[in-house]
Amino acid sequence: MLALQILVDGFAISALYGLGAVGFTLMFGVCGVLNLAHGGIMVIAALVGWWVAADYGAGPYGGAAAGVLAGMAGSFVTYYAVIRPIQRSRAIPKVEEEIFILTGTLLWGIMLQVGLNYLFTNNPVSMQPLLPGVLTFAGVRIPWNEVLIAVLCWGVIGLLSLLVNRTRIGKQILAASINPRALTLLGFELGRVYLIVWTIYGVLAGLAGVLLASFLGASADNAGALTASAFTIVILGGLGSVPGSLIAAYIVGYAETITAYLIAPTLRPIPALVILMIVIYLRPQGLLGRR
Amino acid sequence: MGRNIRPSRLLLTVAVLAAGASAPLWLDSYYVGIFTVAYYFGVFAMSWDLLFGFAGEVNFGPTFLIGLGAYGAGLMNNWGLPIPLCLIGGAVVAVVGGIVLAVPALRLRGPYFGLVTLVAVLLLLDFIVIFAAQTGGEIGMMVPDVLSVSTDVNYWYAFGFLVVSAAILFGLSRSSLGLILQATGQDRVEAQALGFNVTKHKIAAFSISALFSGLAGAMLTFYQGTASVDQMVDLSIAVQIIIAVVFGGRRTILGGVLGSIFLVLFDELLRPIGQLNTFVVSAVALLVILFLPDGVLGWVLRPREPR
Repeated sequence: MLALQILVDGFAISALYGLGAVGFTLMFGVCGVLNLAHGGIMVIAALVGWWVAADYGAGPYGGAAAGVLAGMAGSFVTYYAVIRPIQRSRAIPKVEEEIFILTGTLLWGIMLQVGLNYLFTNNPVSMQPLLPGVLTFAGVRIPWNEVLIAVLCWGVIGLLSLLVNRTRIGKQILAASINPRALTLLGFELGRVYLIVWTIYGVLAGLAGVLLASFLGASADNAGALTASAFTIVILGGLGSVPGSLIAAYIVGYAETITAYLIAPTLRPIPALVILMIVIYLRPQGLLGRR
Repeated sequence: MGRNIRPSRLLLTVAVLAAGASAPLWLDSYYVGIFTVAYYFGVFAMSWDLLFGFAGEVNFGPTFLIGLGAYGAGLMNNWGLPIPLCLIGGAVVAVVGGIVLAVPALRLRGPYFGLVTLVAVLLLLDFIVIFAAQTGGEIGMMVPDVLSVSTDVNYWYAFGFLVVSAAILFGLSRSSLGLILQATGQDRVEAQALGFNVTKHKIAAFSISALFSGLAGAMLTFYQGTASVDQMVDLSIAVQIIIAVVFGGRRTILGGVLGSIFLVLFDELLRPIGQLNTFVVSAVALLVILFLPDGVLGWVLRPREPR
């Protein structure tokens, strides 16, 4: 009974973690950007979605759509206001670009967090479930919403993998992650590819934020923790590896759920952090990372 | 050091030192208290700059080292040890913790190193909360002794500590250690090829950074009478340290002090707009990164350097 409950709850949480982390890892794999404002963008989507759904009577689906759009907008602003100026700056040496992007997005993430806190207060908001009702299966109560979230997450991840592997634009993205210079030499505009990746990233982060708000609730104060958890998952799985991130999302999701159910809810984050430390020391490139 | 000191710069140093040391005599005691905190913060920032600016390592966990120093010293004080022993003990705890973290972590590069240091802070936060019976958890741990009850004396302790730390750290940054660290930060392979033991130097830098962070954390604990998560370990403190260094100018050591004083004063100035002040401070720091990547001090010093 308890085992089944853990299995089900862990599955849904892990799917959501996976969705949040896939965009993050894609962004690093293709654009070489570790976006520490990730949690901030997820929270924008969650709060805007909740606001539109509740205050404008758009219902859960209208709210979710608005949230995803807000996530995309957040992603574009991040790209144009923070990342591009750093990449184009003549005063910043290329070898130091990485630490500037880390610091720049960190500051931008804090601005988002504080700004959202000001606009929406830090009370956690919960969106109406997208699907009401509860499914009872073998004595375990599973809200339909949880099922929908797991299905949606995997559906979107599947679509992404189709997009990357089967379409023309996906192949350009793949090529940009392997050898950007060769892609430019073949006459493709790298800037356009990056813009598409930022769009995909915005949709993924936005959707993850909206689903989070309808599952666990979200507030601006979560932004830092969300970034940290995406960062953890992505490093554990191997930077730039999408399958690695998914496996890592499940390890972290189940480690947290098992701890919360069997030991104590307060110790929830610890096992994942310890696993991460051990993996990084033994295998610095992460589970499926390449060096 | 000592080779190219221009008289104007020497004069400026003496004037700043004199103004700083005499501040309690002419400054409102409210601001004396504010500067006291800013000075401890300045030491945090300088220690961080040694790693970030010189060794090129993004340490997201300066508060891990500060927290170890603060809580180490606080626990010892609660066991009945006198303050000087506690300060030494706190510093030792921070250095040992720093080395335990750094030796395996320095095998990692860039973001991996950053994440490990970040995780170290999260784990420390969790442990402080779990062992709330000893550490006071989220409320903070009271210590029985304080440095002094007088605002002015506390100010002078902080100022003296800042000046000594600044002299040592600045000296180190201009020594061969600083140069080698800078070389490794820019091109690790070439530095190794030149025969420098890169890892040894980085561990040395990490230990020195840990020593000053831990000592400053311990001093701050005995200034405030409590070691608290909010003011010493929380990630927001790490962010403020990063802002201070980036704003003041990385790779200058002294820029961190400038940045800390700016941060603390700006915070006071912006108090009327309430919670939005963090927003404004972060925005200013972001603009500095985008338009003056060398920070304020780096920008002031740059044009004169070639001469």
